[in-house]
Amino acid sequence: MSGPATSPLHAARAGVGALWCVTLGVASLSFEHPLLVASLLAAVVAAAYAAHVGPHVTRAVLWALPFGAAIAVVNALVTREGLTVVFRGGTVPGLGRLDVTAEALAYGGVLGLRAVAMIAAAALLTAAVDADELLRALRRRSLRAGVTAALATRLMPVLARDGRRLADAQRTLTGTPPRLGVLRAVTTGALDRATDVAATLEVRGFGAGGRPQRRRRAVSRHDVAFTASMLAVAALAVAAGIGAWEGFEAYPRTVAALDARQLGLAVALAACALLPFADRRGIG
Amino acid sequence: MIVLERVTYAYPAAGRPSLRDVSVTVDPGEFAVLAGASGSGKSTLLRAAAGLVPHFHGGTFAGRLACGGLDTREHGPGDIAAVAGTLFQDPETQVVMGTVRSELAFPLENRGWGAAAVARGVEEAALALGIAALLDRSTHELSGGELQRVALGAALAGRPRVLLLDEPTSQLDPVAGDELLGVLRRINEEWGTAVVLAEHRLERCLPAADRVIALDSGAIAFDGSAGSFAAWAPPELQPPVTRLCALAGLPERPATVKAARKALADRLEALPRETTPADGPRRGRDAVVGLRRAWYEIPSGPAILRGVDLALDPGEAVALMGRNGAGKSTLLRMLAGLLEPTRGKVVRAGRVALLLQNPGDYFLHDRIGDDVAGAGALADRHPRDVSGGERQRLALELVLSSGEPPVAVCLDEPTRGMDRAHGASLAARLQKLAATGTAVLVATHDAEFAAAWADRVILLGDGRPVADASTAEVLGGGWYFATQTARVTGGAALDPESGAALLRAREVVG
Repeated sequence: MSGPATSPLHAARAGVGALWCVTLGVASLSFEHPLLVASLLAAVVAAAYAAHVGPHVTRAVLWALPFGAAIAVVNALVTREGLTVVFRGGTVPGLGRLDVTAEALAYGGVLGLRAVAMIAAAALLTAAVDADELLRALRRRSLRAGVTAALATRLMPVLARDGRRLADAQRTLTGTPPRLGVLRAVTTGALDRATDVAATLEVRGFGAGGRPQRRRRAVSRHDVAFTASMLAVAALAVAAGIGAWEGFEAYPRTVAALDARQLGLAVALAACALLPFADRRGIG
Repeated sequence: MIVLERVTYAYPAAGRPSLRDVSVTVDPGEFAVLAGASGSGKSTLLRAAAGLVPHFHGGTFAGRLACGGLDTREHGPGDIAAVAGTLFQDPETQVVMGTVRSELAFPLENRGWGAAAVARGVEEAALALGIAALLDRSTHELSGGELQRVALGAALAGRPRVLLLDEPTSQLDPVAGDELLGVLRRINEEWGTAVVLAEHRLERCLPAADRVIALDSGAIAFDGSAGSFAAWAPPELQPPVTRLCALAGLPERPATVKAARKALADRLEALPRETTPADGPRRGRDAVVGLRRAWYEIPSGPAILRGVDLALDPGEAVALMGRNGAGKSTLLRMLAGLLEPTRGKVVRAGRVALLLQNPGDYFLHDRIGDDVAGAGALADRHPRDVSGGERQRLALELVLSSGEPPVAVCLDEPTRGMDRAHGASLAARLQKLAATGTAVLVATHDAEFAAAWADRVILLGDGRPVADASTAEVLGGGWYFATQTARVTGGAALDPESGAALLRAREVVG
């Protein structure tokens, strides 16, 4: 149905590509050792460049960094564990003693890094996986869910364009668009825009109850490669958990072992994630 | 194909009905044009035929409407979509999928078509509308004109028995508009698809129409052939060639350029020949705004403007014309300071006001008075509750009054979706502005509108001016960028008033 794929990830069926991205995101949540989380994050970014969507994912990572830093700070403020006090904040009514420990700060950093990796995997999914094919699959299973997803996926770019247009119009008046005013206008107009998009869905026959037919499509080498890759990453995550290969302790004192086992695991995770991109047969 | 029997409909909480006792039948294979001023009920009639009224919009509905044999009291828009392809005005909300290919496939998949049939339907619709090159593009990247063609492709893809189209050419330049109408005519003739098309620029679509249905305040005011419509039409609905003959005091009421040429054959022979557009940019000595060798290049993309030289003198009224994607909007944004040239420079002697394409974007509040001081009786209304023409007028006053008085004002496609009466009052406002010494630059696809107020026309092609001369020179000698009167008179006159004066003068001399 579609034109020539631009990368092995684009060539894999959307369901496989989406599951692969979700596996990388979930795997990054399952690890605590910063080297392993960083390894998965690096793999996601490298995969994004291999799929020609690197700038999109890099932007998402840059956007997520302050979010990750905020997680680190909040964890340091609310956690009462750790032995190395680096800041004594006195007693805060309702919160008790506000002592910040190096361990809580370090573990907050790990939590922030996980969030960044998760966001990067989600950005890769939105940029490189065919959302229309996913919607089609969703519509086959649940029409209502399909309607909701179609409305939401179309409404977001419509509202984004509305916001840009409103901001441009305000720039012609005042030089600087009032961000809150624009946000408010876009938000209050969202219902009207949703109604317009829903009307379009109606006249395209979405409400008639017809479901798209299943498309018979042979399993491609890229489907197999990405399925194998996600299984390998998942297996490594499970094995690392069962075998306690991470060598990471957050509290009472942070311990992050860095020997051959962790280094090997980091390299194996990245390699398993990126190997499907090595096969570029059929990519044009 | 479409049968309305005494249909009366009012939107929820509306004071008066939008359709009043409408009885009309559109036969299979007919090409019908809906005419009427803004708010006359054209869009509501199309929405009723598509089943959205009352199923989707609610409100009070009386009478009976059947589309493709499906009674809208029993069948909703989803069922009617199997027989009718529908296109609304705003292309932004007319696409629902991520890529053009998926967009065209979407209605076919909803009907349960198999993969091969869907693929064929997509290819044929794309070829018919000349959008095959867009098939793998993301819909988020498309321009308004491209979105409109893609949305029309989605409406056409299932080979519907009837097409319901609400101003399908409003985003398109004259060339693309004519091409689109040619495609519709071919579909109508070769597939027998009935077409019901609402349009303000009647001169574009009357040559293709079998029939014209005019609405006035929700009621049928006229229903007949294009020729008899021209004889009936009040001045605000008359095509320019009809008005030309009426003003010249002639008994003929042609609806098309061809009919007008035939009717005026003897009188046209003596008229002077068309003029040739002058080459090269005009350089104003006292320019209030201008560009010097200005380029605008998209990073990793094409150049939108290519070394443009431009100067506007105080009080000049200039129309900027050109095909979709020629760079008109980019040029206006650059002059107003929304974009910086990637090479070259912009020269401004003061503030340049810019009214963008969608006047609704200037209103951030629920009450017009909170955005526009001096909105008068409209101050307490919601911006969406006033007509497009009123919104346009208020937004123009807003951009003119915010900050220091502008030395130049730029408007981007201000007549899109606007009826002729509102267009005429906007033309008068622009002339008044120019008379006060403010330079006026308006990007428009509407040659009739440009001829009404502009004294200079710049034709942009592929990012640079390809013609820059007086309105008479450019619009009098153009092929696509020409008024109907210019086509009839061979460029001797641009608008019906001057054409009629010329014909009367020749008559007296003769």
